This record gives sequence, structure tokens and C-alpha cells, in this order.
Amino acid sequence: MLLLAPPLLAFGLVYLASLVALFVSSFWSVNPFTTEIEHIWNVDNYKTLWEASAYRTIALRTIGIAAAVTFADALLAFPLAYFMARMASARTRTVLFIGVLLPLWSSYLVRVYIWRLILNHDGVLNWTLGKLFGANIGIAYTNWAVWLIFTYVWLPFMILPVYGALERVPQSYIEASRDLGARGWMTFRRVVLPLALPGVIAGSIFTFSLTLGDYVTPLLAGGSSSQFIGNVVYDSVGISNNVPFAAAFAAVPLCVMAVYLLIARRLGAFEAM
Amino acid sequence: MSRKWVVAAAVAAALCVPAAGISHGNGLPTKIGKGEGQLNLIAWDGYTYKQWVNPFEKATGCQVHSKFAGSSDEMVTLMRQGGGSQYDGVSASGDASLRLIYGKDVQPVNVNLIPDWKNFVPQLKSPAHNTIKGVHYGVSLQWGPNTLLYNTKLVKPAPTSWSVLYSPKFKGKVTVPDNPIQIADAALYLSKSKPSLGIKDPYELNSTQFNAAIALLKQQKPLIKKYWALASDEIDLFKSGDAVVGASWPYQKNTLIADKAPVADTIPREGATGWADTWMMSAHAKHPNCMYKWMAWVSTPKVQAEQALYFGETPANPKACPVMNKLSKGSAAQYHCGASASYFNSIKFWKTPVAACGNGQNDCMDYTKWQQAWTQLKG
Repeated sequence: MLLLAPPLLAFGLVYLASLVALFVSSFWSVNPFTTEIEHIWNVDNYKTLWEASAYRTIALRTIGIAAAVTFADALLAFPLAYFMARMASARTRTVLFIGVLLPLWSSYLVRVYIWRLILNHDGVLNWTLGKLFGANIGIAYTNWAVWLIFTYVWLPFMILPVYGALERVPQSYIEASRDLGARGWMTFRRVVLPLALPGVIAGSIFTFSLTLGDYVTPLLAGGSSSQFIGNVVYDSVGISNNVPFAAAFAAVPLCVMAVYLLIARRLGAFEAM
Repeated sequence: MSRKWVVAAAVAAALCVPAAGISHGNGLPTKIGKGEGQLNLIAWDGYTYKQWVNPFEKATGCQVHSKFAGSSDEMVTLMRQGGGSQYDGVSASGDASLRLIYGKDVQPVNVNLIPDWKNFVPQLKSPAHNTIKGVHYGVSLQWGPNTLLYNTKLVKPAPTSWSVLYSPKFKGKVTVPDNPIQIADAALYLSKSKPSLGIKDPYELNSTQFNAAIALLKQQKPLIKKYWALASDEIDLFKSGDAVVGASWPYQKNTLIADKAPVADTIPREGATGWADTWMMSAHAKHPNCMYKWMAWVSTPKVQAEQALYFGETPANPKACPVMNKLSKGSAAQYHCGASASYFNSIKFWKTPVAACGNGQNDCMDYTKWQQAWTQLKG
């Protein structure tokens, strides 16, 4: 109990208190003249968020791309995790694990910049397409590029929980399913998938929340309409020194995540982590 | 203590921090006293280079500690940290200086204590971005224009107007800075192309003028490849050919030309916006004498020339021009050192938009509105 006190206290002070401070400050405003914070209670920030269509577009874009990234990661991660957990030899599994985790050791920024080089107008992708088909695609500095880079960057965070869930499916269940006459696909659909789903949901919490809170990839690889909630928060704090408005907008992903976590708990994701 | 009280105390502690008091500097000093031995500065990267800092330390005994800021907004934030006494001075650009003055973060200075001040080009002795009603809140340092950058192979004939940034001819190959102050560039273009709007100063826009500038930028948006945030972004875009025309600084052109990219820049016939930096002294400076000595030091021709060449900008002190040429042949002309009044007047220097217009009315759009409009424009 005594050992638990410091981390709990730190959690309470650093984490919860700062969330409360965030929420409280979202009801303040800044003096437009000096951009200093004025402690006058009002809901103007939330009114602006609600009334200006641009902020709704930005929120929907952020949530939409986060969902698309999660979906793509789940599709990519499941076969690989299945192979690692149930088919690969111990040696191959180790090699694959290192392969999955290795990119996490390099800087996030480096990986984003590398993708920017690949997708460029005269980058590797267009060079290859040009040699093979004489064609080229212009996805550099678009939302497609943002989606692609996020999918790549967060993929390990999906593979690991899915792998964990698949590994825990007892071999005896699968044998029992076969004994009862289920073919491979039927066994997968009725036995493996339901047991692995909490792992996918657990992974989706990572990929979804990481995309939801990011602002670096849209800034570096996005085009003229690629702002995320994080970019607006960053600009509000960094450029106009409007911390209250930033706090108000930052409350939006918090609410989205709260709803998401409630649903995830229903689906048993917390047991799979 | 119950748990409820712990939480309440924590919240109270978190809320108290920004409420630090503000006091104002008193009368101006009439002479510079003995140095305090230390000097803490917030500067643009490259503004406190050892080439001119080391001799300063030797001559005055003031040890310089500098913190580099990445943006005007970071400078403002740093100046306000810890009650504002952590730093003695800041090399603020025009879009930050008024915020610092009205926020009472900086104090008036006696320019008569800066021997080289009287040599400055007349436009930078008391510019609107650092002098309010005859009170000087700092000493001008260096300046430079925001230019029109273009690919010489793909953009022919060479552009002479900002209209190339707004015309569909280069659709998907245009890049402009991701910065609310960019609204002023649209306003500057409108001041010439639509005189009926009556725009006199691109930083003082009433709501009609402001909406016209935003409408122009909305029309420009489908043409934009990317709003660049870092100078290196724009360099990449021009190198790869993803952009062929854009708003820029001389720094990008110099870097691209050093890389043998086919680019050139120009100041179009409508004129250009630009930046002008000022050394300002904190209202709570702990080492004011060292700060005065520093402002005097960086105004001397030799240091002005060294810094101009190191950073790629233009000195406020025209006596630095021959020194520039001595250090690097032809550089004074390249950077328009000692520029004519007409060249200088073609540049509208960055300043923070505030509600109080020059016309004595309070109907101008302030910087918060600029920032929100910019965010909504990008969408």
C-alpha cells in the first residue's frame, strides 16, 4: 500500500489535476489586445467550436482518418499476427518480432520524412511506377499520404495485442471445433475470430488514440486541407497564445476517447491487454 | 486531510501560477552603469554567434547566455515565463514586438545611450513596430523582405506580380507560409489590384477589407500544394518540383541556389511584406546595464555586417555596408544594404494586427481574429 502511494499521487496530481485545469481553462478567454488570459467565465470557446463549420470539418477529418488508419492496421496486422502466433517456428517468430519492433527504435520524425521522400513528385514511388507503367500518382502532400504514413507508423501497436490474443487461443478449442466437423474457415470464423477480437479492439485503442492526438504527420506530410485537431490546438497555443480555445478543442478528442473506451470495455478489450 | 481537500489544493495550485503580478519600469537611465557580469537573451538561432559574442564578453565582462526560440510566439511565451525576470532581452520580430509592449513585458529604452542609433536608416529609428508615441521600446537590428520565389525553368516569363500566386496557371504547384500573417500578403496584393477597398496598411484591416483578403485566400486554396511551416519544407518542395512558385524568404533562395536548383526570387511590383527585428529589454531585466551594452555592441557597423552575412539579412546601420563588401564582395548590393527610401517603402514590415487602427477607431481585426480566420481557411 505504501509503495503504491507515490505513483498514485503522481497520477492524481500530474494526470487528473492537469485534465481538470484543462477543462477549467476552456471556460476562460484571452484579451485580444495583449493575448493575456482573462479569468472571466464564459462558453464562447465552445460556441465558436459549434458554430464555425471549419472546426466540425477538422474534428470529423481527424476522427475519420483515425478510424481508417485503425481499420487498415487491423487488416494488415491480423494475418501477420496469426502467422507469428500459430504457424511460425520459434526462430522465425523471433525474426518477425525484431522486424516489427525495429522501426520503433528509429525516430518518428525520420520515418515521416522518409515517407515524404518516397511519395514526392520525383520520389521512389513515382520513379518505380514510371519505369513499370509509365504512370505516376500525386499523393504527396494529401490526406492519402497522411493516412498511409499513420498506418505504417502505428502498425506495431496493432500487431502486438492481436498476437497476444491469438496466442492465448487454446489449441484444444481448435481441435474440438474440427472434431465437431467444422472446416478451416468455419473454425476461424466461429472460434478464432471471436476469441481474438478483444485483441483487435485493444490494438485499435492504441492506433485510434495515437492518430487522434497526432499533429506532426499532418503538418509535415499533409496538403492544403489536412489539419487535425492537434494542429489547431498547437496553433492556438503557439501562434495566437489562445490557451482557453486550445483547451476547449482538446476536450473534443477526450470525449471521443471516453466513448470509444466505454465501447471497447463492452467488447472485452481490457481483458486482452 | 481528506481526499477532497488534496484535489482542491492541487487544482488551486495549478490555477494560481498564471496570476503573477505585473510592474512597470521607472524613468529612463541617462548613462550606462557598470556591467552586472551576466546577460540572458532570447534570440533567433544565429543571432548570438560566437564571432561577435566572444569579443563582447571580453570587452564588457558580461557573460552571454542565450536561448534560441523557434517562432515569434515562443519568444513571447518565454519572455512571460517566471514572472518575466528570467531573461534580460529578446530579438523580437515586428509581429511579436507590439504584443510584448502591450503585454508590459518589455520596458522603454533610452536610444541616446546607443551611439550608432543616429546612424540607422531613418525608417528604422522609430518604426511603428517598436516605438509608440515617441517612446522607444527597443533598438532596431536587421531586416529583410518576404519575396516571390519561382522555378526559372518552369515559370516563364519571370513573374513581376503576386498575381501568379492567385492564378490557376500554376494550380497545385503553389506554396505559401502557414502563418496567419500571410493574410497581410493577400491584403497587400488587394491594395493594388482592388483600390476601391481602400487598403492603406495590410495589417490594419476593417471587416470589409479583411473579408476580401480571406475571400482571395479561399480562392487561392485549391491552387496550393502545401502551406509550408518550416523553411526546409519549402526547400524540399522546390527541390522535388512539387512546387514551382511561392512566397519565401531570401534564406530559401540562397540555400536552393547553393544546391544548384533553378530558382530566382523577386519583389513584385505590388511591393512585399517583410520582417524587421528589434532588441528589446525585459520589463524585469536583472542585468539592464549589460543589456544596454549589448544593444550598443550589436548596432556597431562591424557586428551588423557580420550578422547580416551570417544570417542573410540587411543591417539597420548603413555604415555596415562597406564592411559587408570588405567581408564578401558585392554582398551589400545583394542584400540591399543602405537601400533607397523607395525600396524600403515598398516593404510593409510585419506588425501585430490590433483592434486600434491608425485612423483612431477600434474597428480593425485583431490578431486573434486573424489566427481564427487562418485556421478556418485551412479547414
